[in-house]
Amino acid sequence: MTASSDARPILPPDQSYGDVTDQLAGIPLNFPTRRRWLIALGLSSLLLGLLFVSAIVLFSTGVGIWGLNIPVNWAFAIHNYVWWLGIGHAGTLISALLLLLGRDWRNSLNRFAETMTLFAVMCAGIYPILHLGRPWFVYWMFPYPATMQVWPQFRSPLEWDIWAVLTYLTVSVVFWYIGLVPDLAAARDRARRRRWQVFFGVLALGWRGSAMHWMRWNQAYRLLAALAVPLVVSVHSEVSLLFAAGTIPGWHSTIFPPYFVLGAAFSGFAVVSMIAIVLRSLFRLHNLVTDDHLDVLGKVLLATGLMTAYGYVFEIFDTLYSGNVHELQTLTDRVTGQYGWSYWGAIVFNFLALQPLWWKTVRRSPWALFAISTSVVIGMWLERYMILVTSLYRDFLVSSWGEYHATFWDWAIFAGTIGLFFVPFLLLIRLLPVISIFETKEVLYEEQQQATLASPAEVAHGRA
Amino acid sequence: MAGPELYGALAQFETPEALIAAAKAARQKGYRRLDAFTPFPVHQLNSILRLHDRRVLWLGLIGGCFGFFAALAMQIFTNYDYPINVGGRPLYALSAFAVVAFELTVLFAALFPAFGMLALNGLPRLNHPLFAAAAFPLASRNRFFLCVLADDARFDEKDTVFFLKGLAPVSVELVPS
Repeated sequence: MTASSDARPILPPDQSYGDVTDQLAGIPLNFPTRRRWLIALGLSSLLLGLLFVSAIVLFSTGVGIWGLNIPVNWAFAIHNYVWWLGIGHAGTLISALLLLLGRDWRNSLNRFAETMTLFAVMCAGIYPILHLGRPWFVYWMFPYPATMQVWPQFRSPLEWDIWAVLTYLTVSVVFWYIGLVPDLAAARDRARRRRWQVFFGVLALGWRGSAMHWMRWNQAYRLLAALAVPLVVSVHSEVSLLFAAGTIPGWHSTIFPPYFVLGAAFSGFAVVSMIAIVLRSLFRLHNLVTDDHLDVLGKVLLATGLMTAYGYVFEIFDTLYSGNVHELQTLTDRVTGQYGWSYWGAIVFNFLALQPLWWKTVRRSPWALFAISTSVVIGMWLERYMILVTSLYRDFLVSSWGEYHATFWDWAIFAGTIGLFFVPFLLLIRLLPVISIFETKEVLYEEQQQATLASPAEVAHGRA
Repeated sequence: MAGPELYGALAQFETPEALIAAAKAARQKGYRRLDAFTPFPVHQLNSILRLHDRRVLWLGLIGGCFGFFAALAMQIFTNYDYPINVGGRPLYALSAFAVVAFELTVLFAALFPAFGMLALNGLPRLNHPLFAAAAFPLASRNRFFLCVLADDARFDEKDTVFFLKGLAPVSVELVPS
C-alpha cells in the first residue's frame, strides 16, 4: 500500500471513479481541441520535414556541412544528444522513483512524462547515428559475426553508449506500455465507434482487471520501476563518461556522473512542468493536475536546480584544488573567453532565474512556472554547449586552438529534432489517455479510505 | 445443472469495500474458484482470495542473471576472438565490461517479468466469456465485480445466484462460457 504523507489530499476528493474515467478516456474518444491540436501538429510536421531535408543533405554531402572541425570535433551532435537524453530522464524518475516512494502526486503526471521520455530518447538516439558520417554502417556497433572477422570494442565508452541508450529506450517503452494496458482497457470499454473499439481492443490485449492479473501486474510494474531508477542513473553517468573518460581539461573530473544526472533531471522536470501546464489548460484538467501539483513540481525544480548549481561550484573548486595549469586555463576560458556567454547564460538561466521558486505564489502560478521552466531548458542547453565547446576550442596545444561556429545545418537539424519530438508526442496525446486513469482512481480510493479512517477517530475524540 | 456451458456467476458491487466483504463471505461459504474484477488494484483481495504467485519476481531474477552472464560472456569472447592491445591495458577488463553488463542485466531483468506477467495472465487474449456479460464494461470504470466460477465444486446455478443476491450487489448475472 502506498501511504501518502501529505496532510491534505492532492486531488479534490469530491470526484467519482466514473467521472474521472469518462473525462480521461473521453479525451481520445471525443477529442476536444481539434483546431489547436491540428495547428500544433502542422507546425511540428514542418519542423519534422526540415529534419528530413537536413538529414538528406547531411547524408549526401557529409558531416562537413556542420560547423565541427578540429579542435571542436564534438559539437551540436553530442551536445543535443546529451540535452535530449537528459530531458527524457525526468519522465522515468517521476514515474518510477516516485512510484516506489509512494508519492501520490506522481499519478497525475506519470503518463505524459513517460511519453515525453520515449520521444526525447528517440531524438537523442538519432544524433549519434547522424554523426556517424556513414550512418548505414550503424550496425557495426553490434557484435555480429562479420566477414571482416572483427568485433566491436567493448572497452570503449562509445560502444557502451549504444547499449545504454537502447536498453533505456526498450525498458522505457515496456514500462510505459505495461502501465498503459489497464487504461487501454478502460478506453476500449468506453469506445462506441467500431474503429476505436478495434484499436483499443487490440492494444489492451484483453485486459480484464482480474485480481490475479492485478497482483502479477503490480509485481511486474514495481519491479520495472525499481530497475528503471538505477538505469537512469547509469545511462546518464555513462554519457558523462564519454567526456570524463577522456583527458581533456574541463572534462576529466569525478564530479561528472552526478553532475550530469542531476542536470538531466533538472532539465527534464522543467519540460514536464511545461507539458503539464499546457495539457491541463488544453484539456481542462484542473481537477487532476491541480495547483498543488505545480507547487510540488516547482519545489522539485528548485531542488534539482540547486544541486546542479552545486555542480558548478564544485567544478570550479575541483579546478582550483588541482592547480593544473591546463584546467585553470580552461576555467578562465569558460568564464571570460570567447564563449563566456554560454557560461554566464547557464548561470543566469539555470540559477538566477530559478530563485523566484522560493515563493509559493510563483510555484502555483502556471505562467511563472512555465517561464522559469523555459529558462531552465535554455539554460541547460547552454550548459551542455559550454561544457563541450569551451573545453575543446583551446586544449593542450596552442597550435591547435580554434573556434567553433554552428552552421545553418546544425541549427536546422536541431530544430528538426524538436519536430521529431512533437509529432509523435502530439499523435499519442490524440490517441491515448494522457493521464493515467486507473492510477488516478487509486489515489481517489486511498484518499477516501484515509478520510473514513480519519473521521471515526474524530468522532471518538469528540465523544471522549 | 441445466446449461452445462456456464463460465460463472458475476455479481456487481458499488464500492471496493462491498466487494471485499462479499469476497470474504464467499470464501466463508466455501467457494474456492473465485475471481474479482476491479478498475484499479485492490490489494486486500490478494489475502482474501488467497492469491499467491511470486513467479513474476523470480523471472526478474532469472532475467537479470541471464543478462549479466550473457553480457560478460559476449564481452570476454569478443576480446578473446579479436584481441586489441590498447596501450598494454588488460584485455579482460572487468571494470570496462561493467557498464554493458549492468545494462543487459537491467534489460533482461525487465523484459522477463514484463512478458512473463503477460504470459502468466494468459494475455493477450482478446476474447473472453466475461466480455459477454452486460455489466462487465463497468469493471474498467467504477464498479467492482465478484465472479464465482462454474467449475467450483459448490457452484450451483440457483444456489450461487441466490447467495450472491444476498450480498447486496447492484446486479447478478450468469455468464455463458
